[in-house]
Amino acid sequence: MTNRVELKNVSKSFGDVQALKDIDFALGENEVVGLLGDNGAGKSTLIKIITGYYQPDQGEMHINGKQVEEFSVPKAREMGIETVYQERALAELQSLWRNIFLGRELKNNFGLLKIKEMKQETHRLMTQSMGFTSAAVSPDSTVGTFSGGEKQGVAIVRALYFDADIIILDEPTMGLSLKETRRLLEFVRGIKEAGKAAIFIDHNIFHVYSVADRVVVIDRGMVAGEFMTKDISLDDLMDKMYRVAETGVL
Amino acid sequence: MDDTVEGLTEKQAEQEYKETFTLSKFARKNGTQLGIFAVFIALWALFIFGAPDTFLSGKIYWAFMATIPFFAIMAMPLTIAVIAGEIDLSFPSIMAMGMVSFILVYDSTGMIWLAFIAALATGIIGGLLNGLIVVYFGIPSLVATIGTQFFWRGMVLVLSQGASGTLGYAKESLLHPILVGKIGGVVPVQFFWLVFIAILCWVLLNRTRFGAHVYLIGDNAQSAELMGVDTRRTRILVFVLVGVIATFAGVVASLHVAFFWPSLGDGYLLRTLASVFLGGTSVFGGVGTIFGTFLGAFIIGAIEAATVAVGLTGFYTQLIYGLIIVLSVTMHAFLRRRME
Repeated sequence: MTNRVELKNVSKSFGDVQALKDIDFALGENEVVGLLGDNGAGKSTLIKIITGYYQPDQGEMHINGKQVEEFSVPKAREMGIETVYQERALAELQSLWRNIFLGRELKNNFGLLKIKEMKQETHRLMTQSMGFTSAAVSPDSTVGTFSGGEKQGVAIVRALYFDADIIILDEPTMGLSLKETRRLLEFVRGIKEAGKAAIFIDHNIFHVYSVADRVVVIDRGMVAGEFMTKDISLDDLMDKMYRVAETGVL
Repeated sequence: MDDTVEGLTEKQAEQEYKETFTLSKFARKNGTQLGIFAVFIALWALFIFGAPDTFLSGKIYWAFMATIPFFAIMAMPLTIAVIAGEIDLSFPSIMAMGMVSFILVYDSTGMIWLAFIAALATGIIGGLLNGLIVVYFGIPSLVATIGTQFFWRGMVLVLSQGASGTLGYAKESLLHPILVGKIGGVVPVQFFWLVFIAILCWVLLNRTRFGAHVYLIGDNAQSAELMGVDTRRTRILVFVLVGVIATFAGVVASLHVAFFWPSLGDGYLLRTLASVFLGGTSVFGGVGTIFGTFLGAFIIGAIEAATVAVGLTGFYTQLIYGLIIVLSVTMHAFLRRRME
């Protein structure tokens, strides 16, 4: 069984700041991995390397067993990696359909946009997957007018629409209500049931523990430790997290 | 995602999405454009009421069709730039630089079409330079294009030695009637070029990936990048588009009077910007329409005639343009804050 994602000795610096130091990381074929770590630990940098947004300074990366070089966001998408970003990466002044197809607009042979088709697809997704049933919401509705949960729904549906095998969720519960958070966690479990893999980052250790098969603790740009959630209690994991934050070692 | 409404969603999903036309939906979707259209009609009524002799005669409309295109043509690509969250203040100088290339090439080859191509190529180079400075050195376009504005104007003055000159020879060629001729002796051809460029820019903005990315970059450049949009390429292309159309407008304006001034373009900066902002394009990026700019340009063009026709001196026009820019930009800031 090949790993969906495998990183070996990956490092990344921004100027003098070393964000990641010799990181090894793997994501199994049908696994949900939770990434834990304090602010600035390097979680987002790691994610942005896997999604092709940043290029690592050194190290190897394998996606579905294939070594990748000169990785980019479009390439990552082609290989089935989709991301729901912390910032949700939505263009709030634009319509729903433009956001769903952001960066991947459908076009015909003349290079012109297939607007009607994109709107039809958006409408289908809206009613089937996003739960929008109000007549006031249409593919033309401006995303900025939606609630936090609705926006997160848009970002998730966008990630799923293009049939990804690897789904990365970067702080997806930020700004969500309790009910919306519960729905999101159910969605993450659904990813596993559908035979796909996910990386789940969240500040909230309870969220991560409840959905992840394995947690990887990142601290100061390095992997401080990893645990199977079935082998460790939540209390023990929390103790270890506090210790890491204070001393840098587990 | 919502399990409580599953029955309903499935039923709805079975229905094919159809775009239905209702007046309220249309009004919601095109609110800004309808607003500008209303302002346009109201102002025009005011002009007719204030100066009936001027605004009810056909003559002034032929004059508008002849002179408004000089800056309105420019306002079209500039609208795209502003939607992308950029600005280009160097286009008046690029207009003039294009004409310098035109004259230099004509003087050395005697080929007017080659001269025309040289002018357009100058626009591409000017735009490319702006784009590269902004994108690769991260200089805000406002500052970068103030710099290139002086650079190109300086280049124009050095190469022309500050001298103006006649372009009478252009009248002999086919280029002249094609760009600035008069159909039936009355209808100025440049008006059709304006319409053509407006349609071209509309298609680019609304029917291509390039245009979709322009809106996205102006709205949230970071999310566009995270979603794999090549923001650098798009932004550079925007500046190239402004550059090349600037030189086209420069050739049109110069051939119309068959004369070249080294200060060509200077008078168009304010009018062009005023047309874009009056037309509802947001200075914060992400929002704007070609239709709005088109109407904006006609309002701006008519204001000059109107101020003179109602008995004010021409000095007032600048004051009014300035006021229009400030008001339209402030209105957008207000609308944005309300939305947030």
